[in-house]
Amino acid sequence: MTENSERRVISVIVVNEASVLSRITDLFSGRGYNITSLTVAPIPDSKYSRLTIVTSGSVRVIEQITKQLHKLIPVLRVYEHCDLVEKEMALVKFPITENISDINSLCDAYNGKIVDIGDDMIIGMVTDEPKRVENFLSAIKKYNPKEIVRSGAVALER
Amino acid sequence: MQISGAQMVIEAFIAEGVDTVFGYPGGAIMNVYDEIYKQDKFQHILNRHEQASVHAAEGYAKASGKVGVAMITSGPGFTNAVTGLADAYMDSIPLVVVSGQVPMSLIGTDAFQEIDAVGISRPCTKHNYLVTDANDLARVLKEAFYIARSGRPGPVHVDIPKDVTAQIAEFDYSKPVDLETYKPHTKGSTRQIKKAMEAIANSKRPLFYLGGGIINSNAAYEVRDLIHRTGIPAVETFMARGTLSHDDKYLISMLGMHGSYAANMAMSETDMVIALGARFDDRVTGKLSEFAKNAGVIHVDIDPASISKLVNADFPIVGDVKNVVEEMLELADTINPDHYESWRETINNFDELHPLAFHEDSERLKPQWVVKRVGELLGDNANISTDVGQHQMWAAQFYPFTRPRQFISSGGLGTMGFGFPAAMGVKAASPEKTSINFTGDGSILMNVQELMTAVEKKLPVINIILNNNFLGMVRQWQTLFYDKRHSETDLSVQPDFVKLSEAFGGIGYRVHTKEEFDAALKDAVEKNVVAFIEVLVERFENVMPMVPAGGSLFNMMLLEKKKETK
Ligand SMILES: Cc1cc2nc3c(=O)[nH]c(=O)nc-3n(C[C@H](O)[C@H](O)[C@H](O)COP(=O)(O)OP(=O)(O)OC[C@H]3O[C@@H](n4cnc5c(N)ncnc54)[C@H](O)[C@@H]3O)c2cc1C
Ligand SMILES: Cc1ncc(C[n+]2csc(CCOP(=O)(O)OP(=O)(O)O)c2C)c(N)n1
Ligand SMILES: [Mg+2]
Repeated sequence: MTENSERRVISVIVVNEASVLSRITDLFSGRGYNITSLTVAPIPDSKYSRLTIVTSGSVRVIEQITKQLHKLIPVLRVYEHCDLVEKEMALVKFPITENISDINSLCDAYNGKIVDIGDDMIIGMVTDEPKRVENFLSAIKKYNPKEIVRSGAVALER
Repeated sequence: MQISGAQMVIEAFIAEGVDTVFGYPGGAIMNVYDEIYKQDKFQHILNRHEQASVHAAEGYAKASGKVGVAMITSGPGFTNAVTGLADAYMDSIPLVVVSGQVPMSLIGTDAFQEIDAVGISRPCTKHNYLVTDANDLARVLKEAFYIARSGRPGPVHVDIPKDVTAQIAEFDYSKPVDLETYKPHTKGSTRQIKKAMEAIANSKRPLFYLGGGIINSNAAYEVRDLIHRTGIPAVETFMARGTLSHDDKYLISMLGMHGSYAANMAMSETDMVIALGARFDDRVTGKLSEFAKNAGVIHVDIDPASISKLVNADFPIVGDVKNVVEEMLELADTINPDHYESWRETINNFDELHPLAFHEDSERLKPQWVVKRVGELLGDNANISTDVGQHQMWAAQFYPFTRPRQFISSGGLGTMGFGFPAAMGVKAASPEKTSINFTGDGSILMNVQELMTAVEKKLPVINIILNNNFLGMVRQWQTLFYDKRHSETDLSVQPDFVKLSEAFGGIGYRVHTKEEFDAALKDAVEKNVVAFIEVLVERFENVMPMVPAGGSLFNMMLLEKKKETK
């Protein structure tokens, strides 16, 4: 069986209660599924939270992941997205000695800007599609980034 | 009603109609045991190990169709019970297991007998709870019973800190369960059922593949009806034994690794598999790419995750088997049983070519003979539990099952030590039947302390030890696939099983011949106390047929034809 692995974004609506996140991550590790990224935050004015999970697997594996997620008692809904708007944020710390205006224009090109300037460093922020965030991160390599943090993707169906 | 958390546990059990609780006390659960002492609505059976408590609750649940209940303390009490939880999870057995936990104020401090119990039970339960406020207890316990028995059944674990069992709070068990996120789908799509029935009518060699879900769903008699009206032959999984009576002319036999030649060939030749509550386990399918290669697949299962997990379903039907089969029955007249005459003939020919059989031996008793003989002597009057190993497969192959819930065995996890405590639970649930446990000389020692429980509580389980002085199933693989290097499987050093049973107050027999066996079984049934019948059987007998792991169903190793001696 040669089944192609593809990247998928899955949103999960769960009851906002203790241990619900470990139920989900345990399911992924226990069944050998990948998690590329996972974000979670409460849904305003409800008892639910929304998780966005980026994963990869064959069509069969993705189908099992959504079914197994749905089987968990506190899971209300599982969306496996096809047509979606997907965004991710990244923060990058640069030494103050780097070319600030170069960095600023780069951030600008990826829906971002410089968000903090200190005595010895500056912090740039971008918000874009995960693919583009990756491009940004490779483009800034030559400015000696000291620390990089990515938020993981969030997504909404169109 | 304002009562303590401990009293709530008792009240919830009573409200759920629980009549038997299996368990073992300890510090963290003492408040609840104090309330058990004060009540007389249900009996508590003190096992001598927490693993046995959970297996006994499983046996009870499987035999009765009700939720089995076990109670244990924190730390080592809980960890001892984990094997039972995992076993119940794999075999979809409804249980509620309540454990004590250290007081809330001590959680996270590495307190005495503290362990992250819900962290451990999460992957081997259908759901679990850590109750942090007695005000939640009525809701949680009610949900626990509901979740355990509904949908695809399974074990639910409720962990209760000691201070919560002492806390006084409001208890109202009358509120209905309201779980917005859990609504099992029990009614199959009528359109899909109709399409499936059309596909069956258009097939030439359809085959029912009956699974344990039928037993869970109490649908065996509807399934029998459907099979008789459509004339379509059927194979059973290990977990489905007893769905059809052994003498049903449409029953081929068990399929899979140790299935019959005819059952496995039928599955290989069918053009339409009708899977009812079966999960395409690897012990059943063998090599997946060769499994029922030319067949369409109709798959009825209450758990959507079982469908198209391993084998793609052309007609997926999510629902309770009983509901779906009832709808199928309404359309049964669209199928003409005469259609399948020659298909049934083909299967009968397979069976005549290589029937399930064994060769008698003049020197030593054959284990298969023992199973068959118990069937002849007790038949429908016995419930049959087993441990794990060769004896388990022979029980599944050769016992003449007549009804659902007659066969209780650890299929998915394959837990040695399951049989004896499970057979006690079976006896507690179904006292009018003889409770037999077919076990091995290896397995029986894994919960042998239950002799004490059985003596004390007068649970007269008859343990038939098919003694081959080997961890026989592993020895068989070593013989066949490891060039006879019998690494650590020789059990030549053994206890005196007769004295062992007697030491606890049970009875024991050592049996070499057929006559001795008949006499021992008769005596044990009459004496009605827990018994060991140790049968010295042929050491090197192998379970046949056998599909080597990962092989195709149609490539079986078969029983060697006996050389004709004149
Ligand atoms: C040493 C050893 C050898 C073995 N060899 C074999 C062998 O040769 N052949 C064999 O068959 N097994 C064998 N087994 C057992 C095997 O491991 C599996 O336990 C067994 O095959 C599973 O049976 P099943 O498919 O009926 O599923 P079960 O485990 O009984 O699962 C039931 C299925 O039905 C569904 N279900 C539950 N309730 C309902 C409902 N109300 N309505 C609809 N669906 C429902 C569940 O979702 C699940 O998919 C062996 C085990 C051991 C230990
Ligand atoms: C707890 C546990 N440990 C190990 C095994 C692996 N195992 C499967 S069958 C078997 C041998 C069982 O021996 P015995 O009870 O004597 O039965 P026999 O096969 O000889 O009939 C073993 C060790 C298991 N299934 N369960
Ligand atoms: Mg043995």
